Amino acid sequence: MSSAPPTALAAPADTPQLKALGGPKPMSSLREAVHFALGNRKLVFGISVTVAMLLFAIVGPLLASHAPLAYGGDLAAAPTTHDGYWFGTTLQGQDVFSQFVNGLRLAFIVGALGGGIAAGIGMLVGFTAGYRGGVVDEVLNMLTNVVLVIPTFALLLVIASYLRVRGIMTESVFIGFTSWPWAARALRAQTFSLVSRDFVDLARLSGRSSWKIIFREIAPNMSSYLFMMFILLFGGAILIAATLDFIGLGPSNTISLGMMMQLSVQNAALQLHLWWWFLPPGLAIMAIVGSLYVMNVGLDEVFNPKLREM
Amino acid sequence: MSLHVEDLRVYYRTLAGDVKALDGVSFDVADGEIMGLAGESGCGKSTLGKGLIRLDGRMRYVGGHVVLDGEELPIWDDAAMNDFRFRHVSIVPQYAMSALNPTRKIGRMIHELLRTRGASGNGVQQELERRLELVGLGPDVLGLYPIELSGGMKQRVVMVISTLLDPSLLIADEITSALDVSTQKAVAQTLVEFRDRGFVKSTIVITHDIAVLFQVADTILVMYAGKLAEKAPAEEIVSSPRHPYTRLLISSLPEVGVRHAEQELHGIPGRPPSLLDPPTGCRFRDRCPLATDRCLQEPPWVEEDGRGIACWEAAPVAPAAPSVLVEAR
Amino acid sequence: MLRYFLRKLFVYGLTFVLAVTIDWSIPHLMPGNPVLTLMGRIQIQDPKVAQQLYAHYMRAFNLDLPLWKQYWYFWVSLFHGDLGTSILQFPSSVTSIIVHAAPYTLGLLIPAILLSWYAGNKVGALAARRKVLDNTVLPLGYALTATPYMWLAIILSWTLAVIWHVFPVGYGYDPTATRGFTWAFIGSLAYHWFLPFMSLFLVSFGGWAIGMRNMIIYELESDYAHYLGALGAPQRLIRKYAFRNAMLPQITGLALSLGTILGGALVTEIVFSYPGLGYQIYRAITNEDYFVIQGIFLFIIIGVLVANFLIDIAYLIVDPRTRTGMMAGGGS
Repeated sequence: MSSAPPTALAAPADTPQLKALGGPKPMSSLREAVHFALGNRKLVFGISVTVAMLLFAIVGPLLASHAPLAYGGDLAAAPTTHDGYWFGTTLQGQDVFSQFVNGLRLAFIVGALGGGIAAGIGMLVGFTAGYRGGVVDEVLNMLTNVVLVIPTFALLLVIASYLRVRGIMTESVFIGFTSWPWAARALRAQTFSLVSRDFVDLARLSGRSSWKIIFREIAPNMSSYLFMMFILLFGGAILIAATLDFIGLGPSNTISLGMMMQLSVQNAALQLHLWWWFLPPGLAIMAIVGSLYVMNVGLDEVFNPKLREM
Repeated sequence: MSLHVEDLRVYYRTLAGDVKALDGVSFDVADGEIMGLAGESGCGKSTLGKGLIRLDGRMRYVGGHVVLDGEELPIWDDAAMNDFRFRHVSIVPQYAMSALNPTRKIGRMIHELLRTRGASGNGVQQELERRLELVGLGPDVLGLYPIELSGGMKQRVVMVISTLLDPSLLIADEITSALDVSTQKAVAQTLVEFRDRGFVKSTIVITHDIAVLFQVADTILVMYAGKLAEKAPAEEIVSSPRHPYTRLLISSLPEVGVRHAEQELHGIPGRPPSLLDPPTGCRFRDRCPLATDRCLQEPPWVEEDGRGIACWEAAPVAPAAPSVLVEAR
Repeated sequence: MLRYFLRKLFVYGLTFVLAVTIDWSIPHLMPGNPVLTLMGRIQIQDPKVAQQLYAHYMRAFNLDLPLWKQYWYFWVSLFHGDLGTSILQFPSSVTSIIVHAAPYTLGLLIPAILLSWYAGNKVGALAARRKVLDNTVLPLGYALTATPYMWLAIILSWTLAVIWHVFPVGYGYDPTATRGFTWAFIGSLAYHWFLPFMSLFLVSFGGWAIGMRNMIIYELESDYAHYLGALGAPQRLIRKYAFRNAMLPQITGLALSLGTILGGALVTEIVFSYPGLGYQIYRAITNEDYFVIQGIFLFIIIGVLVANFLIDIAYLIVDPRTRTGMMAGGGS
C-alpha cells in the first residue's frame, strides 16, 4: 500500500520517488514519443493489462447474471458455468463474479477520483510554492509537512469510522485530500528548477499573470512528469481504498474488492478453502497496481532518452 | 614526447543508426603546447575530448590511433585505459562544478581517490596543498564540503585535482563556459600557469569561445561536422584565417567599439549537416560561399609551415579586416 | 543545526495539536451520541432509570459541558494518561487496552520496518550492479510492492497455515499455553509472530529494493561518478559513494512510508487475529467503540511523531550538508 510510492520517480529533489524520475523532459516530438512508446515492452505490458482490467470493469457488470448483493445461489459453491456463477458463490450464496466486477469498477473510480484530487491539490500547492517562493513557500511547506506527518491512514480511519453512511465519492475525496503531500513536494522541487529558466523570465517580463505562466509555460514542460505522478497516485489510491475497505470502512450498500476480502476472512473462507472468494480481489488489485507501476517505468524510459535500452 | 592522433573515428550508437560524430581526425600536440579545439556545438570536439580519456556509454570506437609519449592509448578498452587515466591523461570536465561528491569532505575524497590510484602519501599531500595555494585556495578548503564553495572555487579545486599527478595530456572541456568573464580570465591563466610550471605537458582546450582560445592557446584547431577544418597558430587563425568556415567564424565575432550601424553582425546561414547520414564530399559545402563542384569530393588535409587546412578553395594568405582581438593583444 | 531541530519540533508540535483537535472534534461533529449507543447495549427497561443512567454517563463522559470545556478537559485527561473507557470492553480503560495491545503491534512493526529497509536497500544496490539479479529483483519487487498487505497475509495464512500446517492460523500465542517468562511461551509467541511479520516484511521489502535500485542507478549517472571514472577510480569506490548518497533519500523515505506500513500492520493483524492495535481498532470500529478508536489514533500519532523525530536525528547524523546548515529548499 502506498501513500508514498516507492518506485521509479527521480528528480533532483529530496524524496526517493522523485529521485528516480529525472527532471522535466525535453518535449520530443509526439511521433518520436509514440514510436518509442510502442517499442517499449514495459509500457506496452503495463497499458495492456490496465486496459484489459478496465474493459473487464466496464463490461463485466453487464455480463453478470446476478446483482452483487443478491442472495439465492448455492452456499459457498465453487466456480461453475451453471447459472452464471463463474466465480462461485460466497458463504451466504452471493455471486462472487458479480461482486468482483463491481469491485473492479469501484476500484477504477476511486483510483481516478482519489488520484485525480490528490494530483490536483498537489499541483496547486506545489506549483504555487515553487513559483512564488518566499513566505508563500514557507507557509505551504509547513502545511505540506504537517499533512505529511499525520499518519493519514489513521486519520482516515478515525474520520470514516464516524460516518454512518459512506459512499465511494466520500472515500475518494478523503483519499485525495490526504495523499497529495508527496506530490506537492515533488512538483515544488520541479517548479523550482524550471522557474529559474529563461523562458519563464521572458514570460514574466511580458506581463503574464502568474497562473497563466504556470499553466502555459511550466506545466507543459512537466507534462510527462505530471502524468507519471498521476499514475502513481492512481495506484496508491486503489491500495489505500482497499485497505480501508478491509477494515470495514468501505462504502455502504455496495461491495468493493477490499470488502470482499474482509467478508471472506470474517466468514472463515480460509479455513473453508473458499479460494474463489478471496483470491480474485487481491489478485486484481495486484494486477492493476503492478501494471500501473510497470507502465510508469516504461513511460520514464520513453520520456527520458538516457534510460532507453539500446 | 607528445600526442599523436591519427584518423580517429568515434561514433555514437543510436536507435536510428550511427552518428558519425568524429570521423577521421588527425593532429599532433607537442610537449608544452596548448592546443585549442574550437567549433560549434555538435562538431565533434567534445567527442574527441571525451574519447581520448573515457568513452561513455553511447560512444563506439571505430578506428584510428592515439599515441601518447610513444605509447598507444587503448581507448577502446575501458579497463586497459585505467592505467593511463589520471596519471598520463587527465581531464577537467565540463561539469566541474558538480564533479565533487556532495557528501564527502573534499580532502577526504581526494585522499580516497589517490589511494585507489596508488598515489597517496605525504609527498602528494604537500604538493596538493602547495597547488591549492597556487590557485588562491588555502588548505582549509580540504576540510569543507563542496556545497560550501563557490562555483569558481570548485572549478579551481577540480583543476588542481585533475593535474595533481602531472599528466602528459590534459583535456580541458569547456571549462570556462559556465563562468563569468573575470573568472574566465583567471581560469584561463591558471591553465597557462600549469603548463608553464610543468604540471602538464600537452593541453587540449575545448571550447566554442574563440576569444578564450586566443588568450590561452598556442595553436587553434577548428573542427566542423566531425572533421578538421583548419589548424594554425592562434594569432594566424584569427588574423588570417583561410578556411571559409574559419573566416566566417572569425568575422561573426563582435568587435569592441564598432557600432551596429557601421558593421552588421552576420551569423553563418544554414545549419551543420546531420551526422547520422553526412553528405559526401566536404561537409561544409552547403553553407560555403566558395563551394564548387570540386567540393563534392572530400578535400584532403594539407599541412604546410605549421598550418593545416582541408579545403579545395583555400584562399591564399590575405589579411582579413584587423579584428579587435589582434588589437587587444 | 539548531534551526533545523526547532523547525522540526515546531511542525511536530503543530501536527500534534492539530491531530488531537481533529481527534476530539470528530465525534462531536458526527451524528449520533456515543452514550445512546452505550445505553442501547445495556438495554434498560425502566425509563426513569434510563434517564438517570443517561445523565450519569453524560457527566462521566463530560458530554454535558460546553464544547470548549470538553476540549480543555480532553487535553487535561490526555496529559494524565486518561483516554477514557471502552464501551465494548467496559469497564476496561482505553489506556489499558492500548498497553496490552501495543507490544504486539510494535513487535511486528519495528522488526519489519528495520529489516525490510535494510534488506531491501542491500538487495536493491546489488541489483543495480548485476543485470542478472536485476532481471529477477525488479519484477519481484514491483509485484510485492503492488500487493495489498492484507492479501499477502491471506495468501500466507491460507497456504502455510491452513493447507500446510507449518504455522499457526492466528492469535498471539497458543491459547492453551501458560503465560509467563518460560521458553515454551516465548517460543509460542515467536511461532505465532512469524507469519504476520513475514507478510509485512515482504511487501515493504519490495518497495525498498526497487527504490534503492533506482537511486543507485541515478547516482551512478551523476557527475561525480563520471568524474571519478574519468580519473580511473575503481568501480568499488564509485559504488561506495553512490550507495552512501543513495541512502539519504531512503532515510527520508522511511519517514514517509510509516503511514503505509502502519496500515499494513493493522490489516495483517486482522487477518491473523493477532492481538495488537489493529485488531483492537477493528473490533472498535465494528462495534462503534468510539473512545477506543480515539485513543488508539492518538497513540499512533504520538508514535509516528516520535519515529519521525528519530529519523530526523538519524538524517542529521548521516547527511553532512544538514550540519553545515546549508540545505537548500524547505528540507523534510
